[in-house]
Parts: sequence; C-alpha cells; structure tokens
Amino acid sequence: MAKKEYSFYPGCSSQQGASSSNMQKSVETMCEELDVTLNQIPDWNCCAASIGYGGGGELPRLTLSARNIALSEQHNTGQDIVATCAACWLATREAAERFHEDDGLMAETNQALAEAGLKLKNETPIRHMVEVLIEDIGYDTIGGKVQRPLEGLKIAGYVGCQTNRPFGIAGESFENPMYLDKLVETLGADPVKNYDKKVQCCGGALAFSEPEKSQDMIKTIIESAYDSSADMIVTPCPVCQMNVEIYQDQINQRHNTKFKMPVVYYSQLMDVAFGRSAKDSALDQQVIKAGKLEALAKK
Amino acid sequence: MADEKKFAGYICTGCGIGERLDAGQLETIATRDGKMQSCRQHEMLCSKEGVQTIRDDIANEGVTHIMIAACSRRAKVEAFNFTEVAMSRANLREGVIWVRPDTDENRETTQEMADDYIRMACAEVKFMTQPTGSGEQELNKQILVVGGGITGMTAALETAAAGYPVHIVEKSGVLGGHAGGYYKSIPTRSPYAEPQDTGISQMIADVEANDSITVHLNSTLARTEGAPGRFNAEIATESGSSETLSFGAIIQATGFKLYDPSALPQYAYDKSADVVTNEELEGLVMQADGGPIKRPSDGKAVESVAFVQNVGQNSTEENELPYHSGIGDMIAIKQAMYFKELNGNCDTTILFDNLRTPGAAGEDFYRAGQQKMITFSKGAVTEVVPGSTLEVKFKDLILNDDATMQCDLVVLDVGMMPNTGPDPYAQLAVEEAEDEAEKEKARALLENAPPSILNLEYRQGTDLPHLKYGFTDSHFICFPYETRRTGIYAAGPTRRPMDMRQAADDAAGAAMKAIQAAENAGKGRAAHPRSGDLSFPSFRKEGCTQCKRCTVECPFGAINEDEKRYPIFNEARCRRCGTCMGACPVRVISFENYSVDTVGQQIKNVEVPEEWDEKPRILVLACENDAYPALDQSAMNGVEITQWARVVPVRCLGSISLSWITDSLNNGYDGIVLMGCQKGEDYQCHFVKGSEMGLERMSKVGDTLQTLNLEPERVASYEVAITDIQRAPKLINDMAETVQNIGMSPFKF
Amino acid sequence: MTELNTAMIEQYRNSFLQEVEANVEEGEWVKMCMQCGVCAGSCPLGNAWEHPPQEIFMMIRAGKREAVLSSDSMWMCTSCYNCISRCPRGLPITHIMHGLAHYAQRLGLVPKNQPTQRFAQMFWQNLNKKGRVNELKLGLSLYFMNGFGEGVKTSLKMKDIGLGMLKTKRMAVTEAFGGHGVKDLSGFQKIMKKAHELEDARIQKSGN
Repeated sequence: MAKKEYSFYPGCSSQQGASSSNMQKSVETMCEELDVTLNQIPDWNCCAASIGYGGGGELPRLTLSARNIALSEQHNTGQDIVATCAACWLATREAAERFHEDDGLMAETNQALAEAGLKLKNETPIRHMVEVLIEDIGYDTIGGKVQRPLEGLKIAGYVGCQTNRPFGIAGESFENPMYLDKLVETLGADPVKNYDKKVQCCGGALAFSEPEKSQDMIKTIIESAYDSSADMIVTPCPVCQMNVEIYQDQINQRHNTKFKMPVVYYSQLMDVAFGRSAKDSALDQQVIKAGKLEALAKK
Repeated sequence: MADEKKFAGYICTGCGIGERLDAGQLETIATRDGKMQSCRQHEMLCSKEGVQTIRDDIANEGVTHIMIAACSRRAKVEAFNFTEVAMSRANLREGVIWVRPDTDENRETTQEMADDYIRMACAEVKFMTQPTGSGEQELNKQILVVGGGITGMTAALETAAAGYPVHIVEKSGVLGGHAGGYYKSIPTRSPYAEPQDTGISQMIADVEANDSITVHLNSTLARTEGAPGRFNAEIATESGSSETLSFGAIIQATGFKLYDPSALPQYAYDKSADVVTNEELEGLVMQADGGPIKRPSDGKAVESVAFVQNVGQNSTEENELPYHSGIGDMIAIKQAMYFKELNGNCDTTILFDNLRTPGAAGEDFYRAGQQKMITFSKGAVTEVVPGSTLEVKFKDLILNDDATMQCDLVVLDVGMMPNTGPDPYAQLAVEEAEDEAEKEKARALLENAPPSILNLEYRQGTDLPHLKYGFTDSHFICFPYETRRTGIYAAGPTRRPMDMRQAADDAAGAAMKAIQAAENAGKGRAAHPRSGDLSFPSFRKEGCTQCKRCTVECPFGAINEDEKRYPIFNEARCRRCGTCMGACPVRVISFENYSVDTVGQQIKNVEVPEEWDEKPRILVLACENDAYPALDQSAMNGVEITQWARVVPVRCLGSISLSWITDSLNNGYDGIVLMGCQKGEDYQCHFVKGSEMGLERMSKVGDTLQTLNLEPERVASYEVAITDIQRAPKLINDMAETVQNIGMSPFKF
Repeated sequence: MTELNTAMIEQYRNSFLQEVEANVEEGEWVKMCMQCGVCAGSCPLGNAWEHPPQEIFMMIRAGKREAVLSSDSMWMCTSCYNCISRCPRGLPITHIMHGLAHYAQRLGLVPKNQPTQRFAQMFWQNLNKKGRVNELKLGLSLYFMNGFGEGVKTSLKMKDIGLGMLKTKRMAVTEAFGGHGVKDLSGFQKIMKKAHELEDARIQKSGN
C-alpha cells in the first residue's frame, strides 16, 4: 500500500491534556497501522466551532479557518486537509465553501490575512478522517488488517450531528447513514441494527450553558443503546464522545438511572482489532472503562 | 343465398385448452346442442393459418355466423376480427382452464364449465346479426363553438387548423372573454418568474384572419336540435335576426362567472371602493396604462396592497363556494408582481391560509414572488375596516395572534363559478316528482337555474347535465371533455375551475373530440367507449306501451319522443350502452348484436343439473368495461373461481333486463351475481349513469324473489372496479358459499 | 439602547426584513421560507424555543424587530444542522439563527444573563486570547461567571467530572498556567483585528 500523506488539523481538544487527547492517541495508532502520515498544519488555530457565532461575526469567524487553510496551502502544499474533529471539519469546510460562493468575503479575509503575510488560495479539499478511511483506504483494506476480530461485541454506532450534517459522507443519507455500522461489521463486531438515536443531537454546544436540556438528549442516546443490548457506543465525534460519556453519573443522579455505558471512538475499535494494546488504543483514557474491549485487547 | 344463415364453430386447442379439456366432446356439444352446421378444431386458432381457415369458410362456404371457442373475447381481437359475419366467443381459457385447478377430481366439473360456455356462445350467435349501420348517418365537418374567450378561440383555431370549418357564437360584442381584460397572465414558460403577455390580441387577430372561422358576435343559440352529424342550430343576434346552420359537433366553451363577495360583509366590498376583486384589479391595471396603479376612491397611487386569499371558497357555509378554484394564489402572485413592476417600492402582502401553487411552474413562480419581496403571510382575514386607509384585521396563523395591517387597496381572491345552463336533471326532477310537494320543491330549484345556453330540443332538457357544483359532467381522468350529450363537448372553466393555460389545453382536446364525433357520425359509428360499434337500438313499435322509461333513463338523453310518445332513438347520439333495453318493461328494444335474446338464450342454454346432483349454478352478469376485464386479469393471475359460475359479459349494468333475472331463477339457478361500475358523483361507469340505473332497477328484485319464495341472498349486486382482481372472483366464490349455506334452489325441473 | 441599534432602526424604519438581509449572516434567505414548519419539527430542542425558526421568519416579515432580536429562541440552537438538511426550500436555517443571535448581541438586545450567549462570548474571548481554546480556563471561568460563591458550588457539583478527566489525562492542570496557543500570536491577533474592523465597517455602512 502506497503511503498516504495528509495535512492534518487536530483541533484544540485533541491537544495533550485536552478532552479528546484519547482520540488523538488512538488516531495516531490507527494511522501507523494504515501507513498514513499526518502532517500537522504548522501553528494552526482554533476553528471557533459552531458556538463561536455568539462572539464572532461572520468574517472574523471564517477568517480563523482561512488562516488554517492558508497555512496548510503554504506549508503542506498539495495535501488535502484532514480533520478528526467534527466541529473542526465542519467549520473549515463551511468557511471554504462560503469563500467560494462570496467573492466579497474572500477579498476581505485575504485583506485580514495579509496583516500576517498570509494568502488564502482556497484550493484545498477539506476532509474528515472517516472520508479518508472509506474513500481512500476502503473497507476491504481495513478488513484485511484485522488480526483480532471484535467477535461478540454488540456496538451501537452513534454518528451524531456534525459528522453527518450538513455535509455528511458521500453516498450516505442524513437520516440513516450506514458507514459506522459497516465499519463495525468490518472489524468483526455486531452493529446494532436500526439504532434509534444514531443521528440524534447530544446537545454538545449547550452542555455548559443548558446542562439539563443537553443531558436530557444524552439520556435518550444512552437509553436507546441499552434498549438494543449494546455493549458500548462508538462515535466519530469528540464532542459526542465526551458528552455522552462523562455526564452519565449526573444523569444517574438526576433520573435515578444506572447508566454505565462505555463510549469509544471508531479509531479505538480499529486499534484493538488491528492487534494493538489497550494503551496504544487509549483505552486507559476512558472515564467509563470499555471492559469488554480491554479484555479483547489483552488476548 | 345472402339471407341464408350458416353457422360454424371453431374450437382452439392451444394455450393448454386441448390438454385440459376434451375437445372432441366440445365439438359434439357445438354441433349437437349448439346446432353449429360445421365445427373445426385448431391447435392455434389465432395463428395466421387458423384465421385463414375461418376466412376461407366465410368466403367459400358462405358462413354467416361463427362461434369461436378459445380465449376471452377481450383477447386476440385483432386476429379474430371478421367484420362481415356475426361472431360470439366462448371463453375457455380465462373463463375455464385458468380459473380451475388442474386435478383429476376437478376434471369433470371443468369440462362441464367448458361445455356450458360452448352452449352459451352457440345460443348467443344464433340471435345476433352483423350490424351494418342505419344509413341515417351523414358527414358534416362544420363545428360549432359556443363562447369566444380563450377556450373558444383556441378550440376554433385548433379545429380550423385540422381542416374543419368553425363558427364561433359569442354573446358579447367582442372576442377575448375574461382574459381580454387582463394586463398579463401567469407565466407558462420557464423560468416562470414574471407575468407574461396574455397573447389574447394576437389570438383575436388570428381568429379574425382565419378563412375557416366565422364569428357571430352579440349572438346566442335560440334552438339546437338533431344529433352528431346533423345538429341544426339557430343562431340569433341581439338585433332579432337569426339564421339556422348545420353542424357535425358542438364545443361548449362558455367559461365562468365570478363569485360576488357582496355576500360576505366582513370584507367591506360594498362599503369601500378600494376593496376590489382580483378581476377588477386587472381593470385598474389596464386603466393605469403602464403608470402606477391607482386606488379607485381618490386616484392615489397605491403604496401598499393586501391580497386576501380564498374568499368564500372551500367553505361549508351557505352562499359560499364548497370548492376552491385552485388558481387564486397564482393570480395573487402575478398581481402582486404588477405592483412591484408599476408602483415602485409598493408593500405587497398576500394573506393566505393554504398557498396553492401547483406543479414545478407554480413552485418556481412562488419563489420568484418571494425573491421580489412579496410578503407571504399565513393569516385568516377576519375583517376589512373601510376608511381613507383600509385596515385589514387577521389572525396570524403562524404566530397565533391577532394582527392588523394598514393598506391603500385590498384585493379579494374570489372563486370561479361555471357558466352553464340549467341541469337537465333538475328539469327532469319536476316531471319525475312523485307528489305535488316534491314537484313544487323541484320547480323552485329550477326557477333559480341559469338561462339556457344551448336550448337543446332534447327530451331530457335544454343543456348539458351537471355533475358537481354546477360544472358540466365529465369524468376528469377517464373521459375529459366528454359530456352526457354525444357530440357536444365541454372545455375550459365551464368544466372545472382552471387557468388560461389549462383552458387552452382543454380547448385543443375538445376540438379533437368534436372532430372525431363528426367523423364517427358520418360513418354511423359509436363514440367512446364502444368506439366503432355500428349497431343501434331499434324497437318493435307495436309492442311499445309508450311508458317513457327509455327516454327518461338514457344516460345520454339520446332518445326523444314523437307526438305519440313513441321513442325516437337518434342513433348518432346513442352510445350503445343498452340502458334503454334494460329499462324497457316489455322488452321491445334491441341491438343487432346485443338483445334480450342474445343474453337470455345464453342463460337458458346452460345445463342446470338436478337438485340431487349437488351441482349449483351461479349466473354472473359482469360489465364488459370493468368487471369482466378484472376477471380476465384475475384468471391471468391464477385466482380460482368456483366451478359453478357461468359468467356472461354485459355492455353495462344498465342494460340488464329484469327478465334475465326472473328467467334464471325460474330455470333453477341457485345464485346470481351482478357486477357493475362505481356509481354516484365519483362514478367510474363508462356510461356515467348506466350502472346507477341498473343498480336501482336491481334493488326491486326483492319482490321477484319474494314471489318465488326464494332467499334474498341469492341475488347480489356489486360495484366492481377494473383493479378488483382479487375481490371480483371472491364475490363470486362468496355466492357459492352462500348457496352452500342456504341450499340449492328448488326450481330445478 | 446602543447607538448602532438606534441607527439601524432609523435606517430600516419600514422593513426589518431588509435590515436582516443587509446585516445578518445568510439573512437574504429569510424571505424564501414557505412556512412548512419542518424545521420546528426537526429541532432536537424544539420545545425550548419560544418561537421556532419558521415563526422567527414570519416575525421578521411581519416587522416584529424587537420581539425577534430580544428573543431567547435563537440561543437554543444546538448547531445540529437537522433543520438545514431537511428544509425543503434549502434555507441555511442554522446559520440564519446564528446570524440573528450574533446581530442581536452586536446591537445589545440579547436578554440579560442568557447563559448560551455568555458561554459563547467567553468561548470567543478564550480562543482569541491565544489562538486556541484553553478548556480548563474556559470551564473555570464558566463556573465562576455568576460570582465566586456560585462558582464554588458549581465547581463542587462538577468536581467528579473534572477529576475523571484529570485522571484520564483529558484535562491538565498545567493549562491554568499559560497552556497551548499559537506561536505567531501577534500575527494571529493582527489578522483578527483587521477582520473585526472590516466587518464592523460593513455594518456601519449599511446603517448610514
């Protein structure tokens, strides 16, 4: 397999000591196995996510992404930008599209970038890691790498919002995307068919400001996984992963439930299936331990 | 030699018939019981060779009547097309082998079924004559168009373009109709973003320049009599002069009237000059002559306008329209665009309840309106308060609160009402009323009826029958433009509410139908649905009791009465449904190829086994348009039908003679199933009222059963659709079960 | 009432819709709503909106400026994009809601103590400070946004979560002192300053 290189945009929460550093770790392991090189965009900045709208107007918000794309075009010339975080991917791609549609905005953002000697060409495809897996690598190759099939695991594939809408993965529907289930199947596990809350919002953006509203949504996502006897939830999105995982105790207190549902990343499943250790798969960074997956990793 | 009848039978053994049935026995039945003078078998009768065998017999042996025992009469019609002889078909394939299981224990009853169908077909053909037409027919290519609006003019231009001369009779002094007074029309071309020129002036010029079109302005029809091919219409002018011309067919394109909003005081239509109908607004725009539209009260250029949609439409209230015209919202968008075009930055608000902008064109036009900053508000207007500035009070249906807006002008979206003559059935109702009180009621209704348009000298009344809400009768999917007056076609908004584009399409369709009707009349052929049938009803005058059932029940008003109240059949108006034949209590009406005998003899020639044989017989009379094809379909799908059933196709349930029912009960049939089409306002009957007439007649069968001391369940009538391919056989099988439960008929001799 | 707000009222006396078209991100789409309500039915927080999107659109067209801009509703958006993917007219509803919320904030019309607005503002400030979000500081400033006493209570309530994150190395105390950031901070800040200036100028211009 030819080595694949991408211009990588990790995002704030993937940094060391940040909330999805576990995703970063497991993605790095996954890329080693798949012979993929990720070249970080030098000196990248925050994308402002979606919640950035409150403080930042259209131009300042989009200019954050413009800077990242410009840096990538300057230093990682010719490489597609790849993000692992749904919000980073969405914000960057949205910015790129808006600049394509609106020449005025494009001119203004370049005026701003010029202050630091940067220039946006906006010629770079902005892609999600899942797209790389499906389109550039393919299920067959991934299946071929499996050394330790995840047999006996029933997994609810939780796609969430921003990996799925408004762009989504080519060929998938917004209402019932199937790629996560296909991936789970490729790794030898048993995907939950018709997982009811597959694309339900977890309320991530409002987790801090409207915790009760957000946790009510999280509750339905976990409940539905229990209803279909899932051993764990898998997701591609760091906001989803954190939200669904870490508030379970609070939900238990408020609703008198006994949730203890592990929530892992697709990359962690792949690492274990590819034969890597629990540590390489960042399973030690689970707040709710994924016991069955860890047990497999020890085999 | 020519008068001598020679009968020949042909039995096909293809498609599995030969394997499933004893063809030799069938042949014996045909010659011995059926009295066929000759009978041949062929392994594929519909093949070139098979058909040639029959042709040779006709040419060389002088065969005049043939009985073909093969597939359904609806199959292989191109192959078995022998116009010079009378022909019957025994349905051994769809009627017998495809509906019965191929097992040993069923072999006997399957053969018996086939034997009976042979007997029936032989009996039928014996009473048939190959129709030749009456000689009454004549070809008159001239077409009359009533109404000179967009529909009438389009119909005239289309007719003329096809090479048929046309006369337009227009009541007013100008051509153009409503559309003649419009500024612009709803767009008919992509991108559907702007109102477009109505094209009316050009159309008027085209009509006037066309040598094949004669226009009669300020004229009406004083009298119309005759039939397709020979309509005589007296065209009277306002000045009192008149001339009578002859036409092959007529198109009624009399358009619409607008609902009068005076009946709804909440809109202040009578109180403020600045409240106008959508049609009146067109007048204001024309007056503005390219400048800003001015409000009527003081001539101020309009700076804000509110369109109130759905005024008095889709309503259950009395004095309002129970239907929606469907185009008012497109008109409002068009007219709001007038203001955007002519009145600068005019505020335009469309207050709608449900916005109806059908089709891709409608959606594009709606979006174009939004792009032009027309405000669309979902709101129910409760009151318009008159004043120097009008105040429109409405309930905002999205925000669920009471709102008010100020504007210079209010435009009311009022509905279209058909411009039709009085309903013949309202006229007949007076005559048919059973007591004086009912008669009075019917008369009162008639007094409110509009004046006649066609002034037909028809037994059943002066104009086209209505269906719903006063629109002329027409099945909008199956038979558009058709009316219940053969050779007279309705087009445009007299038929249903529609816009100019639809009216023009309608006109073209009606023009083609009118030409077809004139041509058919010239050849003595029936119009749809028995297209091409040359038979026509005749009656035995000496037996007629002048009871008028036939003249009253004919769904097409085809039959007039002479001075002595004997029927005059008007062959060219007749659709050959046979409702007159079924209605006749003394059975004197018949067609050459369809009569009380052609069916009655089939019924009589079925072999009815003795009671102790425990082989019941169920007679099925199935409409040839829907029920019979449904049964053919179910046979193709291998749905079983009871071995006791014997199915006879009829032209229409309306043609069923009560004598067939009484005769079959007397002959020992154990059950009877009647299958006609859906009746009523949503009718599917190809003869519109035939099925209804038939079912009405059958509701009186109870008396007959009572006289015979038979159970009422033995006769069942159903409305069956062509899609009922599972249900139709089930209804027959249900009757077999009923017979099983109540026992065999005691009338088996 | 802010000066800008007064200027805007003056300028768009007749048409709030025109004001929205000129000043709100993707605002030119508002007129294209056909009031089907699919957005309202698709919103995961639908019940929390006093006015669901199609109502907001209707209110804009009806000129209810004050009611729209001081509404709490847009701040309920979770940015799930369900409304965008389902809108039969293809309106970028999520963006319009964000745009309206931002415009309301710019004019100073947001209801007092709207929690999402405050969080969004902190988030924006936090990321602008060093070019990257400092999750620890963001969390702490959030807990203490209603004063020290409230902050201690909230922190206590959240302490288990914080501990869980610390234990799994998904939160680092070191972030409290400096932490991650872009290297070319001055360049970054110059870019952002210019972007703000350009945007402010555009809106000021529309108000004159």
